[in-house]
Amino acid sequence: MNQLRRAFLKNAGAVGTVAIAIAAGLLKPGVVFAAAWNNLAFTAKDPAEAMKNAGYGGATESSDIVIKAPDIAENGAVVPVTATSNIPGTTSMAIFVEKNPAPMIADFEFLNGAEPYISTRIKMAKTSIVRVTVKAGGKNYTSSREVKVTIGGCGG
Amino acid sequence: MAEAMKMRATMEGNVVDVKVLIQHPMDTGIMKDKNDKLIPAFFINQVVATLNGKTVLESQWGVGIAKNPFIGFRIKGGKPGDKVGVNAVDNLGTKYDGEVVVA
Repeated sequence: MNQLRRAFLKNAGAVGTVAIAIAAGLLKPGVVFAAAWNNLAFTAKDPAEAMKNAGYGGATESSDIVIKAPDIAENGAVVPVTATSNIPGTTSMAIFVEKNPAPMIADFEFLNGAEPYISTRIKMAKTSIVRVTVKAGGKNYTSSREVKVTIGGCGG
Repeated sequence: MAEAMKMRATMEGNVVDVKVLIQHPMDTGIMKDKNDKLIPAFFINQVVATLNGKTVLESQWGVGIAKNPFIGFRIKGGKPGDKVGVNAVDNLGTKYDGEVVVA
């Protein structure tokens, strides 16, 4: 009897776990994350190397990439950055903070009607150039602006 | 972990403007706690967005995205009633998802 009871409790527990997992969205057939995370680009300490490893090497300066960011950020842990590319045929965009221990912040690919626009909040260890690079028509373009940081925040 | 994600999608002219907030510590792996022990890296590293199930944005993130990440993006060709979905995963494999109807 104890055996039975134990088996029952064990099964009940298992079913409960599955139900919780489904409720939490853990077992939902989710989106497949297409590309492997670009470790080489994200761990590069040199901004030029990070850009190259991310596929944005040899980028031409362009004023058609518009970067919106504060001139002075009091708190480097949360710096709002908005970037728009007005270059026709823009397919992707990446953000770099040149003086961060890991300069590459993120890389975004636009598909099926997404506009070449991203708004986010980034971390800045200290005053630095914020650089945005884009891919358009098989070429790379870049633009940058300086953000002065009063209190560094590379860790939140 | 749907409760970790807040989303809003509104029409701005003929474009869907999406704003997403995810609760996440985004630990860089180089900060120390008060006992001088290194806090291991723990961060969202991939985020995918869909419009009515079709992928519109694929992104990879590093540790430089601020804590409790915010991301805003825009999609052409959407309309009120359309569904915008976001799926995210962190470096430990925890998945986060959210869905919102375009208002």
